[in-house]
Amino acid sequence: MPAPGPTVRLWGWRLAAWALGLAPLLWLAVRVLQSRLGANPVEFLEHYAGDWSLRLLLATLAMTPLRRISGWSEPVRVRRALGLWAFFWICLHFAIYLTFDLEGSPAALADDLVKRSYIAIGFAAWLLLVPLAITSTQAWQRRLKRRWAQLHRLIYAAALLGVVHYLWLVKADRREPLLYLALLLVLLGWRLPWRGILRGHSPPRRTP
Amino acid sequence: MLIRILPPHALRESDVTPETLYLSRRRVLGGLGLGAAALALPGLATAKASAPALAALNVAAHRDQAGGEKVTDFETVSTYNNYYEFGSDKDDPARNAGSLKTRPWTVVVDGECEAPGRADIDTLIAGRLEERIYRHRCVEAWSIVVPWVGLPLGDFLKRYKPTSKARYVAFETLYDPKQMPDTRYGVLDWPYVEGLRIDEAMHPLTMLTVGMYGRVLPNQNGAPLRLTVPWKYGFKSIKSIVRIRFVEKQPPTTWNRMAASEYGFYSNVNPNVDHPRWSQAKERRLGELFKRDTLMFNGYPEVASLYAGMDLKQNY
Repeated sequence: MPAPGPTVRLWGWRLAAWALGLAPLLWLAVRVLQSRLGANPVEFLEHYAGDWSLRLLLATLAMTPLRRISGWSEPVRVRRALGLWAFFWICLHFAIYLTFDLEGSPAALADDLVKRSYIAIGFAAWLLLVPLAITSTQAWQRRLKRRWAQLHRLIYAAALLGVVHYLWLVKADRREPLLYLALLLVLLGWRLPWRGILRGHSPPRRTP
Repeated sequence: MLIRILPPHALRESDVTPETLYLSRRRVLGGLGLGAAALALPGLATAKASAPALAALNVAAHRDQAGGEKVTDFETVSTYNNYYEFGSDKDDPARNAGSLKTRPWTVVVDGECEAPGRADIDTLIAGRLEERIYRHRCVEAWSIVVPWVGLPLGDFLKRYKPTSKARYVAFETLYDPKQMPDTRYGVLDWPYVEGLRIDEAMHPLTMLTVGMYGRVLPNQNGAPLRLTVPWKYGFKSIKSIVRIRFVEKQPPTTWNRMAASEYGFYSNVNPNVDHPRWSQAKERRLGELFKRDTLMFNGYPEVASLYAGMDLKQNY
């Protein structure tokens, strides 16, 4: 039997990427309908959305290494879908915080941003991702040409800020945020131009 | 003669504990022979076959010290816990604390006192118990209202005749990795220790607590014996106490050792002194969506005189 053609494979990857973004949303809907959000539903929603933001950011960042290692082209073609789903979860996370923790008060947000570093860092991560979400279309990609790739390197900073945001708010048990940090460092470290560094050459340019 | 009057919150169908929870309690209580005691109380165990098998307590007096605020439901209070010995997620203790053996249980009382000794939990439970409804405010900015059952800690401590050197009281939680699976991870320095100044320990609001909602404490809430210090952040109210020591110097406390700049020895509820990482001005009462204002000393202004002349920003 012949191997599945390139289109079939691409659709498989697309389906998987959408499932990764949608499945947590469906699971959340089930829990809401069964009112199984625990004793502190607001906190549950906030943490749930925050967790999936980070997981999907990591998945997005894993696509380029996956292509390089495997030689497949599909991972990079679902990268945008994963990135946009990550952005969706971050927006939800932020919206829950704005609505229920701050009751939509801009003054309260300003106060938190000034006084609480982990909130400022999380906010900065969201802010960095806004232009990436806007310019995620092919039209913008064509318009910005080489600068598009440069701009989209902001995801490295956003992911790092996101993990630090998590690490900073935990009281004592840092095992989970440290796991995210370790995965992120592997994914970012993989992108460093190791050959150049080891030979002492100036690093070659790479796309994100 | 004791007349048992059930408070209105004691017996609601909505208070029924989820099956997994009561099954784990059944196991524990069954092994202790307490199951029979629980079943002997008509109206509690026979009302519904699946009612929690926690033994009911004889309560001599009831006092609402939460200004008539709505009592948080039992299910919430028993499934949303900070008890790191059984895991650091809020629902971990309810799932994991079934391994805690609460009988036999004695608490050792020693240090700077004339009559050191030990107290047995069943003797304590057989003594005069009162119910007090208190607000309980966690340092993480959430809160609950709980009908605790116990006795004034001061009355208990006086039995051991503390000397004039007893300026502080140190408390210690059980530390047994076999019963407490998560102590294998070095998240905190175990055993969990806490402390109070002697006048705080003797204050009539401070309770040595053996139960809640008219029954013995569920394991995840600090069975069989815990403190309740309603004007301080929840972590001061140490759980599953095995040792109480009168001491001359301020004793170390677990969260203070973990992060001294974030958790002070006093840790009085204070909306004007923020935690370095989050605000303490507001809190989320479990069961409510939006936050409400946090009250100074958690709404217990009668303790203010304990701290007269002290800078509460310095002594957070």
